[in-house]
Amino acid sequence: MPHMRNCQTRVRNYVLSKPIEPNSFKTGPDEEGHFGIFGGRYVAETLMPLILDLEKHYTAAKKDPSFQAEVDYLNKHYTGRPSPLYFAESLTEELGGAKIYFKRDELNHTGSHKINNCLGQILLAKRMGKTRIIAETGAGQHGVAAATVAAKFGFPCVVYMGKTDVERQSPNVFRMRLLGAEIVPVTAGAGTLKDAMNEALRDWVTNVEDTYYLIGTAAGPHPYPELVRDFQSVIGTECKEQMLEAEGRLPDMLVASVGGGSNAIGLFHPFLDDKEVEIIGVEAGGRGLEGEEHCASLSAGKPGVLHGNRTFLLQDDDGQILEGHSISAGLDYPGIGPEHSYLRDTGRVEYVPIMDTEALEAFQLLCRTEGIIPALEPSHALAEVVKRAPKMSKDKIIVMNLCGRGDKDVFTVGKALGVDMETE
Amino acid sequence: MKTRIDTRFEALKVEGRPGLVTFIMAGDPNMEASQEILNGLPAAGADLIEIGMPFSDPMADGPSIQLAGQRALKGGQTLAKTLAMVANFRKTDSETPIILMGYYNPIYIYGNEKFLKDASDAGVDGLIIVDLPPEADHELCIPAMDHGINFIRLATPTTDANRLPKVLENTSGFLYYVSITGITGAAAPDPDRVAKAVSAIKQKTDIPVAVGFGVKTAQQAADIGKGADAVVVGSALVSVILDNLDEAGNPKAGTTKAVLDLVSDLASGVQSVKHG
Repeated sequence: MPHMRNCQTRVRNYVLSKPIEPNSFKTGPDEEGHFGIFGGRYVAETLMPLILDLEKHYTAAKKDPSFQAEVDYLNKHYTGRPSPLYFAESLTEELGGAKIYFKRDELNHTGSHKINNCLGQILLAKRMGKTRIIAETGAGQHGVAAATVAAKFGFPCVVYMGKTDVERQSPNVFRMRLLGAEIVPVTAGAGTLKDAMNEALRDWVTNVEDTYYLIGTAAGPHPYPELVRDFQSVIGTECKEQMLEAEGRLPDMLVASVGGGSNAIGLFHPFLDDKEVEIIGVEAGGRGLEGEEHCASLSAGKPGVLHGNRTFLLQDDDGQILEGHSISAGLDYPGIGPEHSYLRDTGRVEYVPIMDTEALEAFQLLCRTEGIIPALEPSHALAEVVKRAPKMSKDKIIVMNLCGRGDKDVFTVGKALGVDMETE
Repeated sequence: MKTRIDTRFEALKVEGRPGLVTFIMAGDPNMEASQEILNGLPAAGADLIEIGMPFSDPMADGPSIQLAGQRALKGGQTLAKTLAMVANFRKTDSETPIILMGYYNPIYIYGNEKFLKDASDAGVDGLIIVDLPPEADHELCIPAMDHGINFIRLATPTTDANRLPKVLENTSGFLYYVSITGITGAAAPDPDRVAKAVSAIKQKTDIPVAVGFGVKTAQQAADIGKGADAVVVGSALVSVILDNLDEAGNPKAGTTKAVLDLVSDLASGVQSVKHG
């Protein structure tokens, strides 16, 4: 079996040398779901037939023009796509360097990019004849988007959410309930996104016949990282067209925040082979990378296997997964989608951490300069833009993915800034 | 190469009864108590022993085994300590097969080759790694065989006729039939349905088939054992430990005895069965 041996060699070589730069960064994953050494299908046997079945259906759906047509129709009429590519003139002036554009996925129905993926996956679930939807959520943005599409298509929906997140994201919890979803608070571990994902997997392994697991980010076992990326790539594809129309050329730099990494891969993927475009992913640096209170798996983690894929993880010397910390519930995950691990290793994308405090400052800056309240997740990306734009000349162009709006975060931000909203 | 697992199943065949496979979590509730329980298992009637390697994110386990893993990790259990437990056990028992069960990441971080060598040196006979399906056999399953360690695969109700050959391909020692779709410690399986599934598997392979997930009592063990080469009990044993902890999480006097008493009871269940 030459393929297997090849794989094994690659795994071993990981320590010895960085992978050779490929001709294209867009060819992954391979048939086994690998991006370089990352990705794969590391799941319990009970789930193997299910993910093989999902892969079969997704492959067929991709080739079916009527499937794509339905996705396109819903993207346009339900979500409101294309989202604008907006020139942030005041912020550009304020920072005094490169021109800054926002890809405004925060204007989507449900308030973030998560809906792009949920629409694609719910159509897939329908096509597969599944009758029940389960999902995990951190900040609740994916949970809201999943509950939304489940309501629209008439599926019962169970959302697993860490207990800590249920408490700090109560507006989204209520939103999901209004949409008819059942919320199951997860108390295992620290009660955040990874624990919610474990519990969703336990549900799936129990209810294999009728249940579709609607994963919220470009991670998990193959084919999830690929299909979530494909559904999110509408962001980058639109952005490319809009940028050519606005400026007659591609941007010099793309910036996006990464938790699991779905908004980032959605923006990045269509640009991966445009070598002149510099690409930056921004991780949650939390309270700093020295301790364990951050979620910067690419900056401070190492490769391991969790939730069905090999990828960079925050873990201790015994291979136990750490909980991490971020002010942003949506970035509070100790892993990262496997394609990002591959893009980091090949050097195509640079990943940097941004601290809680920097994100909070950027959040307020955007409110003041552009009249936009961003979510805390893209506030991390914005903090990196704030660092870079002034050092670039005025003829350079940065596009940042403004992937979510901040209504859900006002309480968290208020608390961090010492404002008691009850008495204001 | 014949392993302790092969030898034990041959002996059970001669006796004409199903074996009892007992699961405990390494380091639960602490290393000393866990070692004491482990050392007592063969005399209490365990024919084979599965030892859980605790992991922070046990995706296929129910609450009992999740909590056991958390207790062990809180007590400072590591993969190296788990291997040391096996080595200690081997000082007094050179025959009872030991199977380590868990998730891939701690092994991957320990280093696959180093782990296999150390496990083999410690006296480990088999591995059950929940999140390594046959598609990943090149990573650990095939190297394990080179070290004389059986790689035991799980088959489930979702393993249909198309999938079964793939599951059986590199399985050795025995096949672990998971009697329900779900997590460990869930509802009891239906013995008739299980017997049918096992006999369907047996048409495709000569290796022994052990059945687990949801078995809690001697009667269930006997019922399931009629149609299987061995019965696995895990969550029920682990729950006895939980029931015997004091408020500080330390085992009360008599915890080991309570666990071993249940093992003896379960053993009487499988020993009452005569395979035709």
